[in-house]
This record gives sequence, structure tokens and C-alpha cells, in this order.
Amino acid sequence: MTIRMRPAAWEHFEHDADIGLRAVAPSRERLFEAMAEALTAVIADPVLVRRSREIVIRCEAPDDALLLVDWLNALIYEMATHNMLFGVWHVRLDGHRLEARVAGEVVDRVRHRPVVEVKGATYTALSVTQDNVGDWHAECVVDV
Amino acid sequence: MDLNRLQQDSEYRWRIPMEGPMQVAGIIFGDREQVLQMDDKVYEQLKNVTLLPGLVGAVYAMPDAHWGYGFPIGGVAAFDADAGGVVSAGGVGFDISCGVRTLHTGLTVADLEPVKNELADALYRDIPVGVGSEGAISLDEAAMSAMLEKGARWAVDQGYGGAEDLERAEERGCIAGADPAAVSKHAKKRQRREMGTLGSGNHYLELQRVAEVFDAEIAAGFGLALDKVVVSIHCGSRGLGHQIGTDYLREMLIAAPDFGLRLPDRELASAPIHSELGQRYLGAMRAGMNCALANRQILTYLTREVFARLLPQAELEMLYDVSHNICKVETHVVDGASKELYVHRKGATRAFGPGNPDLDDELRSYGQPVLIGGSMGTGSYVLAGTLESEGQALSSACHGAGRSMSRRQARRQYSGRQVVDDLAGRGIVIRSPSQRGVAEEAPLAYKDVHRVVDIADRAGLAHKVARLDPIVCIKG
Repeated sequence: MTIRMRPAAWEHFEHDADIGLRAVAPSRERLFEAMAEALTAVIADPVLVRRSREIVIRCEAPDDALLLVDWLNALIYEMATHNMLFGVWHVRLDGHRLEARVAGEVVDRVRHRPVVEVKGATYTALSVTQDNVGDWHAECVVDV
Repeated sequence: MDLNRLQQDSEYRWRIPMEGPMQVAGIIFGDREQVLQMDDKVYEQLKNVTLLPGLVGAVYAMPDAHWGYGFPIGGVAAFDADAGGVVSAGGVGFDISCGVRTLHTGLTVADLEPVKNELADALYRDIPVGVGSEGAISLDEAAMSAMLEKGARWAVDQGYGGAEDLERAEERGCIAGADPAAVSKHAKKRQRREMGTLGSGNHYLELQRVAEVFDAEIAAGFGLALDKVVVSIHCGSRGLGHQIGTDYLREMLIAAPDFGLRLPDRELASAPIHSELGQRYLGAMRAGMNCALANRQILTYLTREVFARLLPQAELEMLYDVSHNICKVETHVVDGASKELYVHRKGATRAFGPGNPDLDDELRSYGQPVLIGGSMGTGSYVLAGTLESEGQALSSACHGAGRSMSRRQARRQYSGRQVVDDLAGRGIVIRSPSQRGVAEEAPLAYKDVHRVVDIADRAGLAHKVARLDPIVCIKG
């Protein structure tokens, strides 16, 4: 793993047919935001996404790992139904309840040069853990 | 994959022997080198599948098997409902009823060549493809329900084709038992602007030439001859299917303890076939299959419109349409007894042999066309199901080449421009909205489809009929 030592960081990892998302962050909230950025990066460069429209997302799950899948699937759903990409995420967590404000814009095929749709977040290689120095780690494979 | 963990049944058939809690054995098809090169994850995932209840026979991995989620891609497993068998949303996956439809054109390569680039441009312009593309058809609630119930029949009723198209589609274009009410509002909303869209990733529409014929009699029976041009469409149930997968994977995962199911991998989320949840999923999944069939029918219509303008002499008639991500109720003979089974094929193609009643009169004597998509540079294949297919893997064959390289590796190694230019040098025209997408789908990111198909043929999974080489590829 070659994650840079920053407050929150993400990378994609190898999966034969699909794409793995991996992140590390000092808190669960930043971790979920980093995973969301990794999700956008599967489709397009997050830096290219402007913040012209905001959406609120809420989800709740029995544990952190399922909450992560719900969060990523909620983003996938909003992107698909609004034809949008997101570039900013503000996540608040209360136990296993999530409320987020996400901002982005309608897909611009010329400027964003989107690569691939994400069909859904899977439960394969799924984990949300905290290490012994307090950092949070997550992994999830998304189907493309 | 470590061959020491396998027993070799024959040259192309390897066995994960029964041990511990395994309900059935695992069978992997491939020659020594292919199996050696398969990811260990295929072994792990196939073995996980063997732990599910109500399995019949064995679970199988096709020669193109690779690491998937839950099931390996290229996985086949059949369950007996009366023996506590389950239906698994993870065993079908997100892209419900993803499949291939191949159409004749009645044209030869010589007919096509003068307008090849113009045709590529027109197809690329008129067929919504890639992220952010939208279809021209928007369905209200009643129309959505009708489409989900009737599949390609609905599309034909709306004017997107003729009744003869249905004869050559799996389930004659409409699977029974679809339940639109079991499909969430989210799933329907996600489909609202996606009817008649191709999607992205490995989905494509290709013009292909028949480059080689292996069995002249069956090829003639299928209407294939050297240098004839066909159109192949690879796509599935779009956002609706993706959301059905998302919804039911979660529900089955959370409900598993209530059913006493101990899932070896959460992605194998399942429910007993006889449970309310299992039945509801089957109703939704079949609606997803009908959506895929309707979608490929609309894409057929759009393709015909383009040909009608540029090559009006073309007659785009169906060769066949078959899914490779689905759970179907089929009757199979296992250990000498005929049983009704719920056959999951995830990245595997049904391969019914001659005489099967699902085939129309013309195809019945040859066996079902098995449509195998390759990469945009290497070619595709048409095979035929055989009587032997039944005994090998419940009438199942491979579905494609299978990736040899992850998307990340591929884009590090290739540039989209370089791939497009290389293929242009070989006379293959690529049209795609995404250069990075093209790089991720580079031909060398896939296994050797010729070898995969050779092994499928030699292993008796299906019989090689013809090879199709790409001429134009519209890539998502």
C-alpha cells in the first residue's frame, strides 16, 4: 500500500474486472469523504468537477461496513439519476447514521471526459477498521 | 492457481475435491496453463459457492473465469428449491441479463468498406453510449411496468422491431414471472432515461466480419458465411438492473441470519427460493431480464435506422440474443434424474444442445447459438450448444475472453490514442467518448479469446462454429 501520509488519502487497487477503492483518514467522517472522492475518480478526475448543485444524502445501516456500501451506493444512485458528478462531500456521522451534503455538477462529456459508469458497490473485500494509532481504513470493490 | 489443490479429471477439467462443509465439488475448465494462470481468488470464490445450501451436481468455473464478487466471473451453480436451495443476488450480480445479441446484415465486407467510417460516425451519433448519455425514450409508470412484464415483446409492440425478432431471442424476448412491483422506485427512476442506451465499460456495439468458419453445416444453418457482416450488441439491463442488484444484495445480506444462512462471503447474499424474499427477488430479477431484452431490441431498432439511411439494401435479421448474467429455471439431468433447477450463470453463457424446445424450428437441429464477445481487437466467436454440453456444466459455456489485466494496469500500460491508432492500422474503426475508457479496454488487457474458445470447444462445453473479427467498434 502506497498511501501518502496526509490527513485523508485514497487510492485504487487492483481487481481483475472491477476497481477497488481504498482510503485512510484520521476520522470515520473523513474516511467516508475520501472513499467518495475515490469513487468519483473511477469515473473522472474529481478536480474537474465544479460545485454548482448541492444534494443531501442520508443513510443508516447496522454497522460501519454496510454503512460505507450504502453511502457509496447512494452516491452512485444520485449520480445516475441526476446525471451528475460530485466533487465535494461533507459527511456527518451519528453512530451508524450518515447525513452528507455533496456538491457537484451535471456531467459535461467534453470537460470531464468520463470513463465508465459505476454499477454498484460490492461487499467483496469490504472493510472499515481503525488501527492502533487511531487512523481509519476502508476498502471496497465497485462494479464497473 | 496452485494445481496441487486440484484433482485432474481430464485434460481440460479440474476438480476442487469435497472436503469439510462443501456441499458439492468445484469443477474448473481449462488446460494446465490456463488454470495455472487463473487467480487464486477464483479457487476461493468457487469454493465459497460450494458452501451454499441446496446445490446440485457441482459448481463450475468456465475457461474465462476470473476474480469477481461473490461468484467468480465465469461461475455456474444450480440449486434445487425443494432441497433448501437458494437464489443469490450476488450470484447474478449488478448487470442482470447482460448479454449479446447478434444480427445478420446480409452484406459482405466489400459492401461495407466504402461507407465504413460514415457508418461508424452515424452509429456513434445515434446510439447513446458512455457516461452521461441519455436515451430518447422516457417511460411513465404504466409503460415502465409493461416493459418490465413483456421485455422485447413490449419493444416490438411499440414499433421497435418485428415479431420475427422475438423467435430468435432467449425466452422469445420475454421471461415469464417478472414482477414489476418487486422492483423499487429507485430502480425504475434510475432507468427513466436509460432505455435504448449502450452503457460503458466492456459494453459495445460492433460490426464484425465472419473471418473463419469451423463448422460449415452449422454456420450455414445459422446464416453465417465467410466475409458476411454481422452486428453484435453487448449490454444489459442498465441502471434498473444495477439498482435491483444493489437493493436485493443488501436485503438478502441482512436477512441471511433469519434464514439460518451462514454466508462464506457477504457478496454471496442469498435467500431460500421458497421464501417470500427469494420469490420477490426472482420477480424483480426477471423484470431486469425483460428490461435487458427490451433494451437490446431498442438498440437493434436504432442500428437498423442507421443502416436504412446509409446501406438501405441491408437486412438486419436476428441470429440470436442470449444473456450471460442470470438465474434461470431449467430442467437438467443430474445423476440420472431429471430435475428442475435454478441455474445461476454469472459471466457464463447458456449452451442448449440440439432438440431443445427453447430453440425455434430452424435452430433446433443445430443447437443454440452461443455468442462469445472478445475484445475490440481480437474478435468474437459463435459456438453451438451440443448434447455433450449438458453433461459437462449444465449446458453452460464461457462468455468472453476474461480480463488478464486490471483496468488500472491497462491504463498505466496503454494510451487510448495509441490503442485507437494501432487498431486503425489493422482496419478497425473505434468510436468512443473516452480515451481512458479505450485504454482500460485495450485488447491486450484481455486473455487470449481464441484459446479460451478452443478450450471450451475441446472440453465439450460448446462447439466452435465461426470467428467474427471486428470492423467497427462503438465503445462505451
